[in-house]
Amino acid sequence: MTSWQPGSEIDGFRLGELMRAGTMAMIYRLIGPDGPLPLVMKIPRLGHGERAANVISFEVERTVLGALAQSSHIPTLVAYGDVETSPYLVMEYVQGHTLSDWVARAPLAADEIARACSALALALDELHRQDVVHLDVKPSNVIYRASGEAVLIDFGLAHHAHFPDLLAEELHVPVGNWPYMAPEQVLGVRCDPRSDIFALGVILYRLATGRLPFGLPASMRELRQRLYRDAVPPRVLVPATPQWLQEIIFHCLEVDARERYASAAEVAFDLANPAQVAITERGSRTRRSGLGTRLRRWARAKRFEPAPCPPPKTPPEAAPVFVVALAMSHASEPLLEALRIATRRLAAADSRSRIACVTVVPRSAGLSDLRDEDPATNRHIKRLVELRRWAKPLELPEECLTYHVLESDKPAQALIDYARMNDVDQVLLGSPRGGALSRWLTGICAQVIAEAPCSVTVVRPPADS
Amino acid sequence: MKLALFADLHSNLEAITACLVHARALGAERYAFLGDLVGYGADPVAVLELVQRYATDGAVVVLGNHDAAVIGRYTDPLNASAQAAIAWTQAQLGASHRAFLDALPLTVRDDNVLFVHASAAAPDRWIYVTGPVQAEQSIRAAGAHYVFCGHVHEQRLYYMGAAGHPLPFRPVSGTPIPTGKHRRWLAIVGSAGQPRDRNLAACYVLADLDRARLTFFRVPYDYRLAAQKIRAAGLPERLAWRLERGV
Repeated sequence: MTSWQPGSEIDGFRLGELMRAGTMAMIYRLIGPDGPLPLVMKIPRLGHGERAANVISFEVERTVLGALAQSSHIPTLVAYGDVETSPYLVMEYVQGHTLSDWVARAPLAADEIARACSALALALDELHRQDVVHLDVKPSNVIYRASGEAVLIDFGLAHHAHFPDLLAEELHVPVGNWPYMAPEQVLGVRCDPRSDIFALGVILYRLATGRLPFGLPASMRELRQRLYRDAVPPRVLVPATPQWLQEIIFHCLEVDARERYASAAEVAFDLANPAQVAITERGSRTRRSGLGTRLRRWARAKRFEPAPCPPPKTPPEAAPVFVVALAMSHASEPLLEALRIATRRLAAADSRSRIACVTVVPRSAGLSDLRDEDPATNRHIKRLVELRRWAKPLELPEECLTYHVLESDKPAQALIDYARMNDVDQVLLGSPRGGALSRWLTGICAQVIAEAPCSVTVVRPPADS
Repeated sequence: MKLALFADLHSNLEAITACLVHARALGAERYAFLGDLVGYGADPVAVLELVQRYATDGAVVVLGNHDAAVIGRYTDPLNASAQAAIAWTQAQLGASHRAFLDALPLTVRDDNVLFVHASAAAPDRWIYVTGPVQAEQSIRAAGAHYVFCGHVHEQRLYYMGAAGHPLPFRPVSGTPIPTGKHRRWLAIVGSAGQPRDRNLAACYVLADLDRARLTFFRVPYDYRLAAQKIRAAGLPERLAWRLERGV
């Protein structure tokens, strides 16, 4: 297998330069045949002295990539060779920067981290929705397209709930990248999507501080330390780190998977809406836990039982996200009340629902000026106050409500973009009965219904009796 | 060449017919019936004659413990309703049906594939492959790339790893699983005629051995009619009730 070199031909594919020589596989650019996509060929390292896991990884990657729906978040699989005679994978060459380029510049500004990692979280969420856990999320496996979308590569250690887990038995030593590995992965659990959320937390930590939260473990004993030792708070290392970012990082890095974010979509949501992150002890922590706590945790870690894997097809307790779009300056009280009733029903159906109250205001002329007397700022605050007043009678817990004033001259487009960015499950829109205003709002409703990536419900006030 | 595999038909004509129609639509060209053709259900004659026709055309058929019980070759006690169904079935069958059952082999080997009702380790002892230990015994005794069996009514795929121990996998209906010949596999195809995992749909497997792929399927069928026939035949009520609940 090591005899391949640039110029060699395999099943009609001609090898170009060697791009990456990893421990498990070699990756070559392909220079032929011509096609619509630039391609690479991945050839596992096989033969004397190589690890048996390499061929299993090849089978796993072929199976998982072959089963995933085509998406901008994964490389498209084009062809593969037989595992017994000539194992290879031909796939799309994803062009762009890897996340490693960002790591090299760390510590980075919070908004840059949020942008890169919310894109990554959305990519992970897409995998998790298809019952795939990547299990090897690390900076070199994340590539950004020019559009800003994140692409995950290297599925050699992945787990797909619809296929036998060929790697399950190879687990005398946990497979994966140790610095990024979740505690349950250390113990051999391979079916929990929340393991990828832990790895995302490690990436966030690294980008925020330039350091790895659990260092570079060299032995099983050091690897197990993450079961009881917490990381130095990012705000201690880089005081400029905002509390909301530390909150998100430590929420991802919880030892027990059940304590982490339930889905990557929620991480994306928080990263995209920092002002809405509720700060707990995690965000305000200023030092590592003391010796007593550590000893207690160490004793507990000895009999640590990883959380059971969530059943396939149903993302683990994924909290539904609803948007209530409120045209504050135009809506009548009966319509606002009708929206309250509809919202209350949604919230009652699932106590974990997150409800985003959204209104759109026209873009203001001078954006940068944030003095209190600035009319744009005043208007912004006024709208926030109105949204809160609207939501007050719902009597819902504070943590399940968020408030957003979007600035745009195209209200429908702003709502659609918001729904897409935040992985919203359902949008509620109010539309009055009759009148010129009704026609204007109906136009907005129609566009949202046509283009939103989720369910849309149009709420009307009750007919006058 | 696609091979359709059915087990534990249990005289359920509606279920096996639905599975056969499904398999043929997907291009099945060969067929294998992995025992327990009769017992429990109300259509032993129709099911046996259907299987006989496939056997004449070259289908693989092996003997199950309920089949053996009907012809008096299996004397271990069955539960009361199963026993009642065996007695009722015996009264329905003619000499040709009994002769067909009596001539069935316990195992059939075809190149690197072994067909058996229960465990290849001791086919006449009707061992249930309920875990990795029994699966390993069966795989080792079979000495084949693929072991196809029934007896246990839930679908499972065991795959032999490099460490030498089989691992169980619960398949998802309709997802083709790559099953390379460099490994050994044991597939429990699931019961067509009496599913017991609270899913009322009949089970079967479609194997594409040239391309090394197995697909497990669940096929909805008219279980109400099958249950109604059981009641009309005067068989124990429990047997109809099980089909309606998938237990």
